[in-house]
Amino acid sequence: MMKRLQTSTWVYLLIAFVLMLLPFVKDDRWFLFLMIQIFVFAIFAMSYDLLLGYTGIVSFGHAMFFGIGAYSVAVTMSRLDSTFSSFLLGVVVAVIISGIVAFLAGVLTLKLKSHYYAMLTLALAGMFLYIAERWRSVTGGNDGFTFRIPELPGVLQDHRNVVIYLFTLLSMVLLFFGMKRLTESPLGRVLVGIRENDQRVESLGFRIMPYKVLISVVSGVIAALAGVLYAVSLRFVNTQVFDIEVTLDALLMTIIGGVGTLVGPILGSAIMNLSHHFLSDLASVHWIFQRWVILFGIIFILVVIFFPNGIVGTIQKKMHERKMKQRVKQVEKQSAKN
Amino acid sequence: METIIKTEDLSIAFGGHWAVSDVSIDIKRNIFTSVIGPNGAGKTTFFNLLSGQLSPTKGRVFYKGEDITKHSVIQRTRNGIGRSFQITNVFPNITVLENVRLAIQSREQVRFDLFRHFKSYRQFEEEAMNLLETVLLAEKAEIPAASLSHGEKRKLEIAMLLALNTEVLLLDEPTAGMSLEEVPAILNVIKNIKEQEDRTVVLIEHKMDMVLDLSDRMMVLFNGELLAEGTPEEIMANETVQAAYIGGDPNDSTTT
Repeated sequence: MMKRLQTSTWVYLLIAFVLMLLPFVKDDRWFLFLMIQIFVFAIFAMSYDLLLGYTGIVSFGHAMFFGIGAYSVAVTMSRLDSTFSSFLLGVVVAVIISGIVAFLAGVLTLKLKSHYYAMLTLALAGMFLYIAERWRSVTGGNDGFTFRIPELPGVLQDHRNVVIYLFTLLSMVLLFFGMKRLTESPLGRVLVGIRENDQRVESLGFRIMPYKVLISVVSGVIAALAGVLYAVSLRFVNTQVFDIEVTLDALLMTIIGGVGTLVGPILGSAIMNLSHHFLSDLASVHWIFQRWVILFGIIFILVVIFFPNGIVGTIQKKMHERKMKQRVKQVEKQSAKN
Repeated sequence: METIIKTEDLSIAFGGHWAVSDVSIDIKRNIFTSVIGPNGAGKTTFFNLLSGQLSPTKGRVFYKGEDITKHSVIQRTRNGIGRSFQITNVFPNITVLENVRLAIQSREQVRFDLFRHFKSYRQFEEEAMNLLETVLLAEKAEIPAASLSHGEKRKLEIAMLLALNTEVLLLDEPTAGMSLEEVPAILNVIKNIKEQEDRTVVLIEHKMDMVLDLSDRMMVLFNGELLAEGTPEEIMANETVQAAYIGGDPNDSTTT
């Protein structure tokens, strides 16, 4: 068990290393931007999966945390001077606001059945969208606003996109390992128990409310960090970050990649962003590619029907079945010898 | 002898139907009590009242002299009343081993540990494995609980209950749905618990003959009422009980 865990960790680190070298091979603007989008949405989708896949809580308003993060850092940096300390301040503001909102949403609804949480988050996200549209003096309304990010010292300034790429990648890797540790901790195991059978968890003597609220806060804060990275990479923010489509993207990425895994959302993010990019390019071949969402809807339906565990989940299941078969064979061999 | 669980006029009504009515009983510490009775007698409902899944319409429950009628399931489990379920109630999509490990983790009060302490973690796993050996499930440790057979799930239930290591064990028909070959092994597990004489066991059983030689005391429920309570010999000799098991209304058969 332990050995397998370690090899998987090595594989992840190797992939991270390869991704780190990538911009030195290919540093086209559009390519770096696409990769940054993948990383940002991977973080966002992983935070979503903490709720959906690990604890069994459905949220329809996850975009609000993303938006809170994006606006917190954008407003802070445009109001103050664009230094690193104001960036840090923006991050702190994002963490605090999203933490409080997630805490309140959790305390208010998680005692009830899970769909109340889905409905309340949906309503809250709608409220934040409304505020962002109306509070023009701060948010700039629908059009949003651009802001400057601090200048980097020396040569780095010339390769700013590469630096942002590496920073986003590093954030994703750190958050990935952080969440991996969380899900493998004793606390993470209780969360899975809650997903599986919450009443049974209670009759084992665990109080489930604190767990649900805690994971709601953790997930909200991580989603806000994804929003921070999103705003910084664009140097621009508008009300789209609060859109329901952002939540649905996270849902699709998680389900296509594999619910209840952390690699799944990353893979899902890569697939969604890459196909969005390349399918839109094919628009000149056939008009259907302009409406790539139609294609995606069909793929999504097929995935749900034939691979309900997503890509990573299906692979894990196959590997597990093979291992089981081998074990059965070993047992049979031994009993034959005896 | 010291009383560990005591009920006073314990009753619950669903609609107009009294599923359990006016059951007053003392359960002594470290004694093996069986609750028997025909289908629909209110045995499981009585258990649900003891373990806190249901709260009574009237009457009270005491545990070690303390009124626990209003206590939640969680509080009761933490105070030492553990139960198994008749309708299998496990975590389906995680491994058998993990099912038991979660119970051990609860007992050890490792609740909000975000950063795994590897050593204690391994101890839990070893202990869980030992418990699985006790209930003859060790070979299935790594498969998801959902793919166990019905009888195996019952064994898993028992392992999870043992893992909690509570003072009181409420066993709801532990052998129901098991194949005939498996029953003696599970009865053996229960017998071992009894022989250690440091636990209070209350066991629900549908078939009277199965628990006659295990039980110190027996109580018979019929239509929600406590029909009789006593040693197995007394219960066997009780005409009312026999009438109830043969069929018909026992009150009728005693008066005629």
